[in-house]
Amino acid sequence: MAENKPTPKVKKKAVPMPKQKPEVRRRNFNEVALGYTEEQAIEEASRCLQCPKPQCVPGCPVEIDIPAFIKLIREGKFDEAVKKIKEKNSLPAICGRVCPQEEQCQMNCVLGKAGDPINIGRLERFVADWERQKGVTIPEKAPATGKKVAIIGAGPAGLTAAADLAKLGHEVVIFEALHLPGGVLVYGIPEFRLPKSIVQAEVDYIKKLGVELRLGYLIGRIHTIPELLKEEGFDAVFIGTGAGLPQFLGVPGENLGGIYSANEFLIRVNLMKSYAFPEYDTPIRIGRHVVVIGGGNVAMDSARSALRLGAEEVCIVYRRSREEMPARKEEIENAEEEGIICKFLANPTRFIGDEKGWVKQMECICMELGPPDESGRRRPVPVKGSEFIMNVDTVIVAIGRTPNPIIQRTTEGLAVTKWGTIVVDENGRASLEGVYAGGDIVTGEATVISAMGAGKKAAKAIHQYLMNKK
Amino acid sequence: MYKIVAKKELAPKIKLFEVYAPEIAEKAKPGQFIILIIDEKGERIPLTIAGYDRKKGTVTFVFNEVGKTTKQLGLLKEGDSITNITGPLGNPSEIKNFGNVLCIGGGVMIAPMLLQVKALREVGNAVTTVIGARIKDLLFFEEEMKALSHKFYVATDDGSKGYKGLGFLKEFIEKDRFDRCIAMGPVVMMKTVCEITKPFGIPTIVTLTPIMVDGMGMCGVCRVTVGGQMKFACVDGPEFDGHLVDFDGLINRQRMFLPEERLSSLLWEKLGGCGCGGK
Repeated sequence: MAENKPTPKVKKKAVPMPKQKPEVRRRNFNEVALGYTEEQAIEEASRCLQCPKPQCVPGCPVEIDIPAFIKLIREGKFDEAVKKIKEKNSLPAICGRVCPQEEQCQMNCVLGKAGDPINIGRLERFVADWERQKGVTIPEKAPATGKKVAIIGAGPAGLTAAADLAKLGHEVVIFEALHLPGGVLVYGIPEFRLPKSIVQAEVDYIKKLGVELRLGYLIGRIHTIPELLKEEGFDAVFIGTGAGLPQFLGVPGENLGGIYSANEFLIRVNLMKSYAFPEYDTPIRIGRHVVVIGGGNVAMDSARSALRLGAEEVCIVYRRSREEMPARKEEIENAEEEGIICKFLANPTRFIGDEKGWVKQMECICMELGPPDESGRRRPVPVKGSEFIMNVDTVIVAIGRTPNPIIQRTTEGLAVTKWGTIVVDENGRASLEGVYAGGDIVTGEATVISAMGAGKKAAKAIHQYLMNKK
Repeated sequence: MYKIVAKKELAPKIKLFEVYAPEIAEKAKPGQFIILIIDEKGERIPLTIAGYDRKKGTVTFVFNEVGKTTKQLGLLKEGDSITNITGPLGNPSEIKNFGNVLCIGGGVMIAPMLLQVKALREVGNAVTTVIGARIKDLLFFEEEMKALSHKFYVATDDGSKGYKGLGFLKEFIEKDRFDRCIAMGPVVMMKTVCEITKPFGIPTIVTLTPIMVDGMGMCGVCRVTVGGQMKFACVDGPEFDGHLVDFDGLINRQRMFLPEERLSSLLWEKLGGCGCGGK
């Protein structure tokens, strides 16, 4: 009888997200995207087809019941919508902002075949922000189990594992090496993409679940993992220490003044708030001609931060072409709208300094794409004799990070790969009893949400382990 | 919060703090450092550990009031607290019986050198100590160092006390056969020491104190070339084989933020942060 029913007209276009105008936002650190209003959220949620076999859920690393929360938004039940999300995800305001939804939940949305997919991320962000403004409610916790878990690192993986374990009734202590919690959410992702007050609110929520946070504890130096288990009374440990040491190009002149790793640059700007120097004590120096090396999200964040710090010109130099850029499309668009220039198929070969030891020029070589490499992307090959010089006074090297070596060096018997990442099984279990790991320390550099997914999985396994342990 | 339990002025603008930090005290070893942040707007600064008392649960460090942060730190009193102290950081020194050891401590690093000398003596080394400063008024721990050393010398840049400069070292390296040399102090001093010891083939260990932000292997600002390779002072050091260190590169990198550091310090004083009321 279907033919008798009027087919509901599906709106093909997603409700656009209000944003700060490029010419305004390129000089401030305020958030770029402004979020949906209630009306906009309901309108966008109304496009959802409520598929009986939703294609979006399998794309979510933490398996949020997406159609259910969207239905609740459509009905105006924001309170219940956020509860539905929080059954699976303790950090929705963060995920709604920084998850690459276009490669995950939204990728297989049926609506995407003939128009825009449902904007799941924006809806998640909307309800999370709505709840934060209204005051967050704390879910019920299981009765205390008497078991104690140490979480190492207060980043996305650690915070997620901590929240899940606390809800299950375990006593949880997070050891964070920096003086603020959040990991990459506070030191890496800039204020204009993820306001720090939001990270703080999400961390407060986790503290309200009863999680204890100890700041300035570098595990491996102050306590080792075996000490936590044997002397400090913990029944299990989760390692979520993230990506660590920056990689450099290994070309001459890289130690000149004015050359930052992206990690250094972003830690100064985000964690230490050097954009507000000298009100904040940590300095940053930004030149007129800034070059960022790399093509990932970290490169985009660095370039856009440099622009906001007052650079006249910011150029991203990437050794492959636009198609191979690992950054989110949305972030590349945002960067280009703000006036950032992308120079493709070029790679630095040396840096030239002035008499004061400050970088003044960068020599590059042109690249061309050869056959695909092991990553499946076409391998860039230098073009002989194609060297050229660029005038620069600030360089930010954003070509990746290697795992921090401290825990691996100080934990005897912990199995580590040749890349320095920690070896775990499919449940996040490491090679020592009671020790689990997840996030970038296991996978190498990846996304916030995949780290959260790993934290979640490990929390489940830790719970089972603790409940079966005598 | 970490409470300051004792404060001493060792020389003009050189101050010693003993802070209550039992977990750090429990784990600290000679050669390691801490990073402190005074308040939420503060910067993270690394300071070499100059002592620890496991029973009292305290850690000691000494600093020179050169920039805004150290000047502000110097205003704190006994009983005041520091927002965060992270440590111990870095690899501990290699302490074993080397035989005859020459220890050279300069400036504010005389303080951690005392800890080093104590540890070296405890395992049976014969220790010759040299302490140095720009002028005689900036010397401290002379008595303490003398009491612990088999031989003890003083040097100043201007010759106002003891030897003038470090040139005299050459002479007694020729006389005395040293198995190891340990130098802690300003980069220029450590460079000079290394130039003197290298022709004699005396293994020389230097403690590097480059600019750091996190101090735990994340930012890479403390990178230094050692033996032609890029090393990070915070996780690979802070001690290195001095004969392999590119000191000129290090000196250049330490100067990177000088204009900003001056500005910050000047503004703070102008705005009366130093307690002078803006005068």
